[in-house]
Amino acid sequence: MSDLETFRAETAAWLEANCPPEMREPMVDESDACWGGRNPTYKPGQKEWMDIMAEKGWTVPDWPKEYGGGGLSRAEAKILGQEMARLRCRSPLSSFGIWMLGPALLHFGTEEQKKHFLPPIARGEIRWCQGYSEPGSGSDLASLQTSAVDAGDHFVINGQKIWTSYADKADWIFCLTRTDKNEKHKGISFMLFDMASEGVTTKPIVLISGQSAFCETFFDDVKVPKSYGEGVSSVVFEVNRGWDVAKYLLGHERSMISGGGSEGATSLGAKFADQYGRDDMGRLDDPMLRAQMADMDIEVLAFRAMAERFGDTFKAGLCHPAQPNMMKYAGTEINKRRHELIMSAGGSEVLEWESEATNGGLTARSWLRTKANSIEGGTSEVMLNVVSKQILQLPGA
Amino acid sequence: MPLYLNDDQQMLQDSAADFMKGEGDVAHFRKFRDMNCKDGFSHDLWKKFAEMGFTGIMISEDEGGLGLGHVDAGVVLEQIGRNLTPSPFLTTAVAGVEALNAGGKALREKYFPGILSGDSVLALAIDEAAKHRPDQINMSASREGNGFKLDGKKQFVVQGGSADTLIVAARTSGSAGDDKGLTLFAVDTNAAGLTRNSVRLVDSAMAAHVEFDGVLVDADAVIGEVDDGDAVLKRMLNAGRAGSAAEILGVGAGAMDITVDYVKGRKQFDKIIATFQSLQHRISHLYSEMEIARATVLKAQQMLDEGSSKAELMVSVAKAKAGRATALSVKEGVQMHGGVGMTDEYDIGLYMKRDRGLQEFMGDANYHTNLVAEMHGY
Repeated sequence: MSDLETFRAETAAWLEANCPPEMREPMVDESDACWGGRNPTYKPGQKEWMDIMAEKGWTVPDWPKEYGGGGLSRAEAKILGQEMARLRCRSPLSSFGIWMLGPALLHFGTEEQKKHFLPPIARGEIRWCQGYSEPGSGSDLASLQTSAVDAGDHFVINGQKIWTSYADKADWIFCLTRTDKNEKHKGISFMLFDMASEGVTTKPIVLISGQSAFCETFFDDVKVPKSYGEGVSSVVFEVNRGWDVAKYLLGHERSMISGGGSEGATSLGAKFADQYGRDDMGRLDDPMLRAQMADMDIEVLAFRAMAERFGDTFKAGLCHPAQPNMMKYAGTEINKRRHELIMSAGGSEVLEWESEATNGGLTARSWLRTKANSIEGGTSEVMLNVVSKQILQLPGA
Repeated sequence: MPLYLNDDQQMLQDSAADFMKGEGDVAHFRKFRDMNCKDGFSHDLWKKFAEMGFTGIMISEDEGGLGLGHVDAGVVLEQIGRNLTPSPFLTTAVAGVEALNAGGKALREKYFPGILSGDSVLALAIDEAAKHRPDQINMSASREGNGFKLDGKKQFVVQGGSADTLIVAARTSGSAGDDKGLTLFAVDTNAAGLTRNSVRLVDSAMAAHVEFDGVLVDADAVIGEVDDGDAVLKRMLNAGRAGSAAEILGVGAGAMDITVDYVKGRKQFDKIIATFQSLQHRISHLYSEMEIARATVLKAQQMLDEGSSKAELMVSVAKAKAGRATALSVKEGVQMHGGVGMTDEYDIGLYMKRDRGLQEFMGDANYHTNLVAEMHGY
């Protein structure tokens, strides 16, 4: 057996032996994710699963071991992902720290910043949120106005963020602030601070789904120390160079959101045919819906192949740096269409908003939630602009 | 296996790209079209395909080939698609060879030397109606002496007029729609009772209507097992479908490239039209569709090479996805070229016509979408 085959066999055996049975059930919605943090809420099996995975460094398998990661090679990390998918093991820890801050610190952080901030992320001890958008700065993010004024040993932050995911539940924030009013892109800094600081308030926003995953976040004379210890600056990279970090991170965010296109059951048709009814030939008994479902099967399987290719080429440094924008565009658009089809298949029954039978309108709420996919993290229109400019090099884009 | 070309495949791509561009580009295609060539391709070029080793890609090294697989065949086919290179590569060296790979040693020894030298051309006699419906094959092959007697008609036999050998799917028992009862034959096109009517298609490719009127073949013409040709047929179809998906992907990619070039040069209202956001977003959407199609085609080829049990599903996904993406590419291409897109002088229309032909080859996107639903059990 090659080393990788041995690794696959050992990994599968370890997962079988250690993954709690509850963590091998499919997730119903976002509330089934394990987020960790200072004030966690755990469902059965979540904490055990997170802790045992963190012990192996497998909450962040491809991070270096010294920062709490698993130190796995690309090929090993891919195998771990494949085996977890095959055995239906849930992700042990969902975290903006893992998805976004971690990659930014690994790329831009000092050694001291990495050692200070990364291990608590890997262990699920600190839950991070992202302070990017403002009421007047959506697609034109670099116009942001939240100010950070230098006051000697600390900055004073004033302003408002919006669409801060789970700000009301987060422990710390990575936040874009304006440190120079006379510059646009070159007057932004990437700052890290505690959400428990005096002057930080959050207010959940009720969405069309009735859920409130996002908040408005207000900063009123918040004091942010310049340093959390020797070499541990509260600013990542340099003051006024935060846009470089933000741009790098948006790539990660976009590839993450694009995953929506490949989640869930492979075949909607296979899933719905039994409840919908079949004709004498065993076909889903609605030719138009059947055709649309089959089209969607193709879109989902094709996008899965794309996601695999994107992952492989990204890790090997072979993919265009702007390719995450394409992935984000395609994945979110497919996911929206997929949920339109699920609503159509469900008919009038899935309209029930509060019934026990619909699990409190879960299908409808999920459908509505997907409408944000092509807005958050850069709209589809902005993604197409970036592809036009950076990949296709169309003039004036 | 990572989902991108390895170093050897990348080298093959470079050499195939240079070769097609140098020997079989769009000017070459136009030349053979305009001389009204009865075979639709250059036999000299086909010899050069052989010299490059391309015709032996799917033939094992023991038998004189390169012993490569579907990914490698697809690398060559994509370049054929990009350059509209006229050749019998797909029917002969990909689908035809794969059918023979499923047959006995004697058949391979008989046919492979001619394929390896570029002297032989194979064509596939499968379709019997306007749409590809291999499950409805009705042509009869009845026992006669030591062999079989073939009666019936085939159509859309691409390169059928120039082929020396046809791979024929016929029914030795049962009736249309049955899984069992099909048998595949390798049939000499000079056989008595076999008549071919070669016709020019919209994309200037040549295809034949073939009539079998009591054509006698020996038992050793059977590829695989009598009454159990379904397995051979599937293997041939998988190769042809994945191959045509790769070729159509090349057509779409080529059409997109010339369209992008065109809009970067064309001025209206004192502006380069590529600066208009209405065009930018459509081209970027097209880019996204082509990228997804490319990943899907490569995935299907890799799964075929690995012998995955789910390869057939992915092949159908690939033919459907690449077909839809390329259909978008050529339609957007002609529209964005404006008036000149309607002229014979500009190449974009040639890509549109090639796309149409390849769509129908071994099942269009609708056919494969329906297969995907069936394979998913609904």
